[in-house]
Amino acid sequence: MYPDYLKDSLEKVNQTRSKRLELAKSDKPVYTPMNAEEREEVLSGYHPDSASAARSHIRIGPNKGEQLTTEITDLLEAHSMLDPKRMEANLDNPDYETDMLIIGGGGAGCWAAITAIKNGIKPMIATKLRLGDANSMMSEGGMQAAVAPQDSPTRHYLDAIGGGHFDNKPELVRALTEDGPEVVRELENLGVMWDKMEDGSLQVLHGGGTSRKRMVSCRDYIGAIIMRTLMDEVENHPDEISIREFEPAIELLLDDKGQCAGAVLYNLDTEQFMVVRAKSTVITTGGFGRLHIRGFATTNHYGATGDGLVMAYRAGANLKFMDSVQYHPTGAIYPEQIAGFLITEKIRGAGGQPLNKDGELFVFPREPRDVESAAIIRECSSDRNMGVDTASGRSGVWLDSPLIDMIHGEGYTRHQFPGMCRAFDNYDIDIVKQPMLIYPSLHYQNGGVEINERCETNIPGLFIAGEASGGVHGRNRLMGNSVLDYNVFGRRVGKQASEYSKSVELGKLSLDHVIAYDGEMAEQGIDSDLISPVILPSYTPEDVRLHQLARLGNIPARHSILRSRIGCGCGNGKEGK
Amino acid sequence: MSGDQQNETDDKNKAVSDTNQPGQPQARMVTVSIMGKPALVPDDSTIMRAIEYSGQQIIRGAGCREGFCGACGTIYRLPGDYRIHTGLACTTLVQEGMALSQIPSVPLEKAVYDLEKLTPDVDTIKELYPVTFRCVACGTCTKACPQGLQVMDYIQSAMRGDIAELMELSYECVGCGLCALRCPSEIIQHKIAILGKRLYGRYLRKESKELDIRIQQVKNHEYDGEYAELMSLDRGALSERYYARDTE
Repeated sequence: MYPDYLKDSLEKVNQTRSKRLELAKSDKPVYTPMNAEEREEVLSGYHPDSASAARSHIRIGPNKGEQLTTEITDLLEAHSMLDPKRMEANLDNPDYETDMLIIGGGGAGCWAAITAIKNGIKPMIATKLRLGDANSMMSEGGMQAAVAPQDSPTRHYLDAIGGGHFDNKPELVRALTEDGPEVVRELENLGVMWDKMEDGSLQVLHGGGTSRKRMVSCRDYIGAIIMRTLMDEVENHPDEISIREFEPAIELLLDDKGQCAGAVLYNLDTEQFMVVRAKSTVITTGGFGRLHIRGFATTNHYGATGDGLVMAYRAGANLKFMDSVQYHPTGAIYPEQIAGFLITEKIRGAGGQPLNKDGELFVFPREPRDVESAAIIRECSSDRNMGVDTASGRSGVWLDSPLIDMIHGEGYTRHQFPGMCRAFDNYDIDIVKQPMLIYPSLHYQNGGVEINERCETNIPGLFIAGEASGGVHGRNRLMGNSVLDYNVFGRRVGKQASEYSKSVELGKLSLDHVIAYDGEMAEQGIDSDLISPVILPSYTPEDVRLHQLARLGNIPARHSILRSRIGCGCGNGKEGK
Repeated sequence: MSGDQQNETDDKNKAVSDTNQPGQPQARMVTVSIMGKPALVPDDSTIMRAIEYSGQQIIRGAGCREGFCGACGTIYRLPGDYRIHTGLACTTLVQEGMALSQIPSVPLEKAVYDLEKLTPDVDTIKELYPVTFRCVACGTCTKACPQGLQVMDYIQSAMRGDIAELMELSYECVGCGLCALRCPSEIIQHKIAILGKRLYGRYLRKESKELDIRIQQVKNHEYDGEYAELMSLDRGALSERYYARDTE
């Protein structure tokens, strides 16, 4: 139920609805889409990446001298959890040996395992939390794939590369768009139930920045449906795929020939470091939303702390586009308990409209995400002052969902958006009849470790797939292209890495790169008390944290988690309530 | 859920936690017992936020924090109420006197199978999950479901071999497994639900001819020429092409 102070604005939304509905039912756009200049203007003025302190130069490592997102620079200019000298004995006597180590048990990681065993290789998955605890599980609206007759993979290519402002690596975009249709079929054969029309053709909808309806979906549970299918398939091969849960990797291992040769895992329960010697290593650790870049609420999974970036960078891998961050246009801001909750873009794909406090449209509802987000931030800024304020001090705009049933027929919203309805039903808000209050929410790591279309990096034996990789989306990803990304490149990486494992000869394991990295930090005079990867964010209140600091004279339990509470980029201690 | 951060900290959404605007009710505090230990927490907290507010770092028992992953299944009792309640810690609000325990892991043996060798009918259920037929239709699973699903009904569908209904009724299952822990017949409902969905997707779907055609077009290299042309364009030409494209 919305409180009384929002009733006036809600009433205005009701008053403008019939006119907006009329326009939505016509074949004209409900609002004029922006041209290139207008996009540039709103992005440079209002996108969070454009703020003065959003980026800073990194002083060490392969991208030295480049500007990265400030929180990422902090995360990379930080110390390892390990003292390499103390690990020497362990390196000579690894705890596990495997042909292929997959770090991260989300969508890309599961695909990598499934395709590796088809190629005769038995992989190990090491993951931070449980198998399937990943952003893959949480995607809602859909996956882009050019399956409709009026569409084509090359049209998908043009939409994706335009959405990314033409920075995307072309060969990656081609791989993404060209594999799309086959991925749809393969997922179906594994048991994913796509939304279909009466004649069996796939239901397709628009997403932001699509020029053809291209979004295939599983109501608003696409992530949960695909992820559980892939997990179930992985678990159907217990003799071929070994799974280590609650054992995140925290550092890569190289050998004396400079090849990637496995990783050091950190057992979250026992706090032991475990050495894995692996012929090939695949990073599928996902993104970084839980670093709460610029203090934003996030739609991301608890474990999304950018660990793969840290490990790969210390080992010498190049990063790409790590100066850009995706804010999803529509995160919930009311009720307070679900602030940051992802409202799927499929709502706008189905006809939902963002409205200011007067109930008026101020932007075309399906601009690419960065443009749409910047336009919402502009509307709420003091320049326009057209946002709706909540008692908790947030400001946002309405997302008019009641239009959807009016356009598609009664019952459509409840059938197509069971997850959204459930989230708001909990608070007595019926989104079939009332709009939602939204503001952009930290959503996606546009860049990552640079790969080619074979998922290779500049380090032999190190492969990356999914959100941890960089290049395919340029500086802005379109809706539905990340689900496609982890499916396409998860399949590819499994094939590539397993093939590589068949011929590689490993040398002596080494952590010398960690020693060298620390040396570089000292040389640059970098004074940081942060240890990375961060592993988990902390939501402990400030006063409790201050008491915990007393332990720092000793070696504190779960020290990276504890360290993340002090002075790091992950929210700068602002996240407590 | 993920209300763990403020909106961006500059501009209008600045320092939300310090704001005490008129009309905003002060957070009232309630006492809850977290796995046996009492803690004073704000009454508008979810269970997950309450655990963190009490100073604990959750390792097991937190996942997506948005109600999709099933990592945070929780059981609780309330004062003067004999019943055991269930909820997801990320979406359930605390109440005065709530005594709660998280159940982050459910022991079970998942059936191992080759989907390609199954049939979408009751024989598969009998073979892989014979325990299904121990159902006494007591409805405890349905009462235990934090998603409010008709769990008992989908188990009955499974017993009848109605795979389509099993899929439909279990569509929103998050796999927390609280049904399986409460079931007096020791059925593992949530795993049967996944089997049902996969059987439906693999064998009972309607086929898309358009998809067949498109996959064949890609295999026949019908788009190679267009790709080559697009990939050869410089930034300016590509931009021109992009902004000139028509929209469905």
